Amino acid sequence: MDDFGVGRVGAFTADPVKVARQAPIDRASRETVGDFTHPSPRITARHVNVYYGEKQAIKNVSLDIGANEVIAMIGPSGCGKSTFLRCLNRMNDTIEGCRVTGEIRLDGQDIHDKKQDVVPLRAQVGMVFQKPNPFPKSIYENVAYGPRIHGMANTRAELDEFVERSLQRAGLWEEVKDRLDEPGTGLSGGQQQRLCIARTIAVNPEVILMDEPCSALDPIATAKIEELIDELREHYSIAIVTHSMQQAARVSQRTAYFHLGDLIEVGDTNQIFTNPRHPLTEDYITGRFG
Amino acid sequence: MEDPTSGHIVKRFDAEMTHLQQMVLEMGGLVIDQIQRALKALDEESPEAARDVIERDRLVNALDVRIDDEVVRLLAKRQPMGGDLRALMTVAKSVTDLERVGDQTRRVAVLVERLYGNGPSAPNPKLLEDVHRLATLAVGLLRRSLEAFDGFDLGKAVEVIRDDQRLEGEFQSALRRLTTFVLEDSRTIGHMVEAVLGLRALERIGGHAKNIAGYVIYLCTGRDVRHVDLATIADEVLGPSPPPA
Repeated sequence: MDDFGVGRVGAFTADPVKVARQAPIDRASRETVGDFTHPSPRITARHVNVYYGEKQAIKNVSLDIGANEVIAMIGPSGCGKSTFLRCLNRMNDTIEGCRVTGEIRLDGQDIHDKKQDVVPLRAQVGMVFQKPNPFPKSIYENVAYGPRIHGMANTRAELDEFVERSLQRAGLWEEVKDRLDEPGTGLSGGQQQRLCIARTIAVNPEVILMDEPCSALDPIATAKIEELIDELREHYSIAIVTHSMQQAARVSQRTAYFHLGDLIEVGDTNQIFTNPRHPLTEDYITGRFG
Repeated sequence: MEDPTSGHIVKRFDAEMTHLQQMVLEMGGLVIDQIQRALKALDEESPEAARDVIERDRLVNALDVRIDDEVVRLLAKRQPMGGDLRALMTVAKSVTDLERVGDQTRRVAVLVERLYGNGPSAPNPKLLEDVHRLATLAVGLLRRSLEAFDGFDLGKAVEVIRDDQRLEGEFQSALRRLTTFVLEDSRTIGHMVEAVLGLRALERIGGHAKNIAGYVIYLCTGRDVRHVDLATIADEVLGPSPPPA
């Protein structure tokens, strides 16, 4: 009986991409593979570098966030994906010793322009964090706070409308409409996260940044947020940082892989997870990366 | 941090993938063994040996089920991505083709049983002349497709796809020869039909080998080459051929 080298251990665990003719990308290359642009961008980041003191956390990264797209940012811890996300609404300004160079534009406007006030910027580019962080106020006040301080609602009726619409878009309205006066902190983890999303969208953002929004949630709450992300795409652009590759594969249309501060590869999510071009991307998504 | 690691962080996954590949190769070896037994039965005009081949197809089917089970289990457990995902798809598809090779081999064995199991009316050996040539080609294709699968050998995979066209051509020629033969002596028509079915089974085995070669190309490059012409495949996979001198 033929045995075709049975017993030759490890043939199937070798890197198959290595033998392909179309594998011209050197593992050592740090040039971004794939098209980092988007045909209708909301945010365009070009040659962005971020330094924490002497240490460079982001190296010459260029990337577009497109209209009505979900783009996932993946990579091992410390790769710079969260740092990059925080550049997009100047959250890094709050960190001492942090310096950002390069150009980031929101709808063509330079976000580092002297005339740019960060408060409206952070309304336009909202953020949802890993741990749900509702204000210690009522559910209603959590959502109403933004429209009120931004002067978006003049009457109570208008404010009510903002609150209801935001909670509806966040998929939370049916669950809380009869207890809007109860504290937001009394909700379950998943509900709190959806409340934070409602709070973010209450101020009519264009882009929503999500930094591991489901890592503190159980699978059911996670599924609800993922479903919500898909619905939100109709109105907003979403950039999500996630440690879960399955989540990135499920929710995003494009995926960006970061590695030690470099943007290694950007591409269509289907391509990234079935046939990545850079060996480092392949190593990471297949769990070969030490 | 330049450490091109080839194994998974989860070492157990490495072991599972290696085991899976070995099971496919084992199944391939078993199937080739079956074809050779069927041909030997034909040579020896032995319906008993043919029945043995038919009986042993069970082993091929059992491996098919076991490998499919393992693929489903690994998909659920490891949620593979990238090359791992393509490897599992390649395995799942290859075993389907190998199982069908098993069925075609069974067809050849049934032919032997019919030709020699019913007493004195043995066929004219001329009718079966082409069977061996086609069988050699088909087994060669299958073996090389499994070698390509074993070694991620793109060159070999393209060769299999190319040589399957040769088998195809031989099959057509054999059909023409049989037609001529039966025109000379129409009493052989019953045996001729059996011979055609046998040749057809061998031609199909070549087709399955070609499919497996295509999966290997998908595994290595991510390119689905089914329904793509040979020149394009060769060009894409091996690089453009040098201009004729």
